[in-house]
Amino acid sequence: MKVKVLCRNPDDYVRETTRDIQRVPRNYDPTLHPFEVPREYTRALNATKLERVFAKPFVASLDGHRDGISCIAKHAKSLSTVLSGACDGEVKVWNLPRRECVRTIQAHEGFVRGICSRFCGTSFFTVGDDKTIKQWNMEPPGCGVQEEPINTILGKAVVTGIDHHQREATFATCGQTVDIYDEQRSSPIRSFSWGVDSFSCVRYNPVETELLASCASDRSVVLYDMRESTPLRKVVMKLRSNTLCWNPMEAYYFTCSNEDYNLYTYDMRHLKCPVTVHMDHVSAVLDVDYSPTGREFVSASFDKTIRIFPKDKGHSREVYHTKRMQHVICVRWSADNKYVLSGSDEMNIRLWKANASEKLGVLSSREKIAANYNKKLIEKFQHHPQVKRIARHRHLPRDVLKQKKQQREMKEAKRRKEQNVRKHSKPGSVPLVPEKEKHVVAVLE
Amino acid sequence: MSEHETQEKSTVVTSEMAVSAEKEFAMDNDVISASEDEEGSDDERKHNKLLQAISSLGGKRRKNQTERSEASLQVSEFFVSAEGAGDKVGLSDLLGTVEKTTGATKTKKQLRNLQNRNETLELPLNKEQTEKIQRSVAYEKSTKEVTNWQSVVIQNQKAEQLVFPLNQEPSGPKRVEQVVAGWKAETPLEQEIFRLLHMNKQPLHDPVLTPVEEASLMAMSLEEATIRRAELQKARALQSYYEAKAKREKKIKSKKYHRIQKKAKRKEFVKQFEERMKTDPTGALEELKKMEMSRMEERMSLKHQNSGKWAKSKAIMAKYDDSARKAMQEQLQINKDLTQKIATLSDDEHETPEESEMVPDFVNDVEPITDPVNPWMRSRIPQEEPEISCVTPDKPQTSEEEEERNEEEELLADFQRRRTLRRTEDDDLIPTAAEEQIVNTCEVSREEVVGDGTVEISDSEEEEEEDVSQFNTLFKLMSSEKTHEGPAPTQDQQEDEEQLDEGQLRVRSMEDLEVLEEVSDPRPGTPAAPSMPQPTASDPLAKRSKREIDLSEVLTKEAKTIKVALTPTVVEDEEREEQISIIKEAFAGDDVISDFLIDKRKQEEAGRPKVVDLTLPGWGEWGGVGVKPSQHKRKRFRKKMAPPPSRQDQKLPDVIISEKRNSSIATHQVSHLPFPFQNATQFESCIRTPVGQTWNTQTAVKKMTMPKVVTTAGAIIEPLVKEDYIKDKSTKPMGKGPAILLNDKRGAKDGKPSDKHKGRDSHKRRRNKP
Repeated sequence: MKVKVLCRNPDDYVRETTRDIQRVPRNYDPTLHPFEVPREYTRALNATKLERVFAKPFVASLDGHRDGISCIAKHAKSLSTVLSGACDGEVKVWNLPRRECVRTIQAHEGFVRGICSRFCGTSFFTVGDDKTIKQWNMEPPGCGVQEEPINTILGKAVVTGIDHHQREATFATCGQTVDIYDEQRSSPIRSFSWGVDSFSCVRYNPVETELLASCASDRSVVLYDMRESTPLRKVVMKLRSNTLCWNPMEAYYFTCSNEDYNLYTYDMRHLKCPVTVHMDHVSAVLDVDYSPTGREFVSASFDKTIRIFPKDKGHSREVYHTKRMQHVICVRWSADNKYVLSGSDEMNIRLWKANASEKLGVLSSREKIAANYNKKLIEKFQHHPQVKRIARHRHLPRDVLKQKKQQREMKEAKRRKEQNVRKHSKPGSVPLVPEKEKHVVAVLE
Repeated sequence: MSEHETQEKSTVVTSEMAVSAEKEFAMDNDVISASEDEEGSDDERKHNKLLQAISSLGGKRRKNQTERSEASLQVSEFFVSAEGAGDKVGLSDLLGTVEKTTGATKTKKQLRNLQNRNETLELPLNKEQTEKIQRSVAYEKSTKEVTNWQSVVIQNQKAEQLVFPLNQEPSGPKRVEQVVAGWKAETPLEQEIFRLLHMNKQPLHDPVLTPVEEASLMAMSLEEATIRRAELQKARALQSYYEAKAKREKKIKSKKYHRIQKKAKRKEFVKQFEERMKTDPTGALEELKKMEMSRMEERMSLKHQNSGKWAKSKAIMAKYDDSARKAMQEQLQINKDLTQKIATLSDDEHETPEESEMVPDFVNDVEPITDPVNPWMRSRIPQEEPEISCVTPDKPQTSEEEEERNEEEELLADFQRRRTLRRTEDDDLIPTAAEEQIVNTCEVSREEVVGDGTVEISDSEEEEEEDVSQFNTLFKLMSSEKTHEGPAPTQDQQEDEEQLDEGQLRVRSMEDLEVLEEVSDPRPGTPAAPSMPQPTASDPLAKRSKREIDLSEVLTKEAKTIKVALTPTVVEDEEREEQISIIKEAFAGDDVISDFLIDKRKQEEAGRPKVVDLTLPGWGEWGGVGVKPSQHKRKRFRKKMAPPPSRQDQKLPDVIISEKRNSSIATHQVSHLPFPFQNATQFESCIRTPVGQTWNTQTAVKKMTMPKVVTTAGAIIEPLVKEDYIKDKSTKPMGKGPAILLNDKRGAKDGKPSDKHKGRDSHKRRRNKP
């Protein structure tokens, strides 16, 4: 005889642990849950507000330098170690989680112009105003032993920047020429020059590792290939570029920070005009660094702010500033994509969150789900005026705000003038030049 | 580069000449070998001289061994022509003496040839130009190299989710082969196992497929595929041909043509039927049954009973018009024929399927209950409309492929069926109708889909169709209007929107944000576009009400009274009854409908333009107390405003549609279409799809809210490594053997698994260690 019995799978209603929440069966019939859009809209609005309320990006300030910070470098293998060089020739090694200086070296006389870590993280290089390139061991010397560089190279001219190859034992410096050094030799294995100018920055391409780019003081950005005997190409812009950074995920894009308050992202294959012009700063941009994901970059400016730009957007998504932070000289994005470090004139290194409202520390799975949902909601309703307004609101110091307004006015006036000129001249004689094409003067082969 | 070469060539020529000349007559002391350094020491030179002097003392001439030199190395390019700037040195000047000497004929010949050849070497390019060329070549090269990354970059940009750091080693257990290299089956047990595996041709390595399985995977060959494709193509072509044909035939309006065709069909059918009676009595019996069915249906329906619109009009005309009378007669005749209870057939069989449809749907519906007292009862009880299901944005691709496949399958099946039909056409007539139906299915189904929401009570199918089509056009018009409206925002505006709204206000709490909402007004630069439909929650409602409009319009038509007794099918739905009673009870006393009508009239009044009296008393005539401006003047200065566009609810008796913009809602509404969207409907559908857990299952939510970039705290994200992504074609396959070496005879099969291993190995990250 067959007996029919109701049978339920205990997996459906028994929770795994007592700390888990009770499982509640849910009916997803849409008629039972009406007003999806209004309800989600209010949730989105709340999420945006909370995001702004929780946006506390400042994490820590590392003080100890006795002069303005001139350069910062990340350790290649350790997230917690950061190196910084100051204008008095001092180099400090910091421990980030403990927020303290671990080691101090009087590396140079005069400025420390550049600092970079070797790809394996065992040593680092510094260059200074005293025309020397020094290699230091990452391990501090024993107690009572004086700090001595492993290697010192005396150059002919002042070296203003240094960068290490991603995987080989070579590094590049710039000064009056761009030189490629082998670590084992004291003279450059290759030396590039094009015209007679000094260079302010040289950077290796992290992906296509044989490529380099440098910023010269003749307002140009020059590309090199380590394997070739000559430079590749040169873009001359209206004003000088201070630094540049390659995208670590997209081999052919690099962004340079310019004196004309803008940043320019170039595709190295098409140098005629930049891919994107990033504008928002109100003073010269001094440094730029890409996030390791290659999606965003951070820029430091003379206007005492740091801004974070999405790589393909013309305007910044975030602006950081504090009352005491002066001109920001250098900025770096940490290798785990969570933090941003900035070094400024008033001798402090500041640690910021890359994502201002992100919760630090371990998230429970439900927290994670909620965070994801909130982010998605904000993204979904980002075009709605209220959401947009709240998400966009940032506090700015008065000076910056004023300058910004002023610049907007100036820009508008210029535009109006151009419009009037166009109106009163022969049609076609005053061409409409797009913003992107305005800034490149020439591409030299 | 060219400069170098030419230089070298010239040096070769000169040195050759020098050597040969010196060989023959290098005797005199004044010959100084070119090998000497410019700053060669005096001692050395003196020593040389001495040696030469000594050698010349000897009576016999001795051939002097001179050294071959690279003269040009020391010569600066700027001073070559400086010394002998005025006079050119010819070859003949240098070699004048050669002619006089004897011997060395070979050299002489060569020299003569050289002299006769008048060509000069081209000047090398100057340094700047060569460098420019070098640079451009190098640039091209590196550009090409860099372009290899494009696919990777695009792939990463399009990826739904990127988890950094990329290229993480998968956690979990690994196979022995991955961990241990050069592992051998050593113990007898292992050897035994592997031998067994080998004998049964079982897979040992990564691709866990037996040869048979692999073969079955490979079964679909190219030829088969091409054949299948050809067949599909043919089927498609035929289908379109059939469709075109059916359409063409359907469009023929000629009554005569149809009459003749019908007649022919009928005749043929009768013929066949008679034949069948003889050959296949059971089949014929079935046919008879079918006919019986059709007769029943005819008796049930009102078709051919002269009760339709057309028939009524004809009835009026019949008094005066013979043809009308005839037509009516014909109709009746048809009815009679159809209802006749005879075995012999005279009716058109192919109409039966249509007739079966003639019984309208409403017959089975609940009879509309009309309650004159309670207006709420007039409209139907809201039946549960199927909600617009949530659009899942991303279906897995596989299902799409399957669909495609299914479509093909269907097409083929359809084609097959039609072929069989064609074959049996001669025997059977009924399927032709069916075939027509098949051809028209798509159209009909579409109409059905559209007309689903409407309940239409009309007397003939034509009318119904007309209604449906009307509805369709209306609907399309509405939707098209929607799509046309709303200008796409310019890029400039877009850029404007992107900017951060930076101000001096600091936000610390939720209250601040509320204040922020109120304080900051929308930008003055962006004018609100009123023409744009507000794509928010209110919109679907409006749309729905619009749809209802048509419904009610249809409903207001007089339902045709049906004389034939129908089986009454009033469903006793208790729930509904209950609801009705509740509503009745709730609205028993108040006269809602009149209130509503008054309300509506008021609204209409408010919207109507008013006559504006612009007369100013006292202008042009006498003014003062008690003096009215003249009639003439009043008439002249009364202005009538242009009437506003007609109200949306003009034709809807029981709806009020407010056309005013609600400012309190407007602040929350999107005023123009955001950038990536093409039209308003797209945007609306995007907004309408909920993502929360309230409406979706957990997995769906997880999938929908998946962040685009995931990074883990504390993990260093390193830049891309070239070896992982770009396969260099020049690299030779490495001579690596399989990870597991077996001492069995493996023979030729060795190649495959080892190849696969190589593939995987190359995927692994290679890092150069210092």
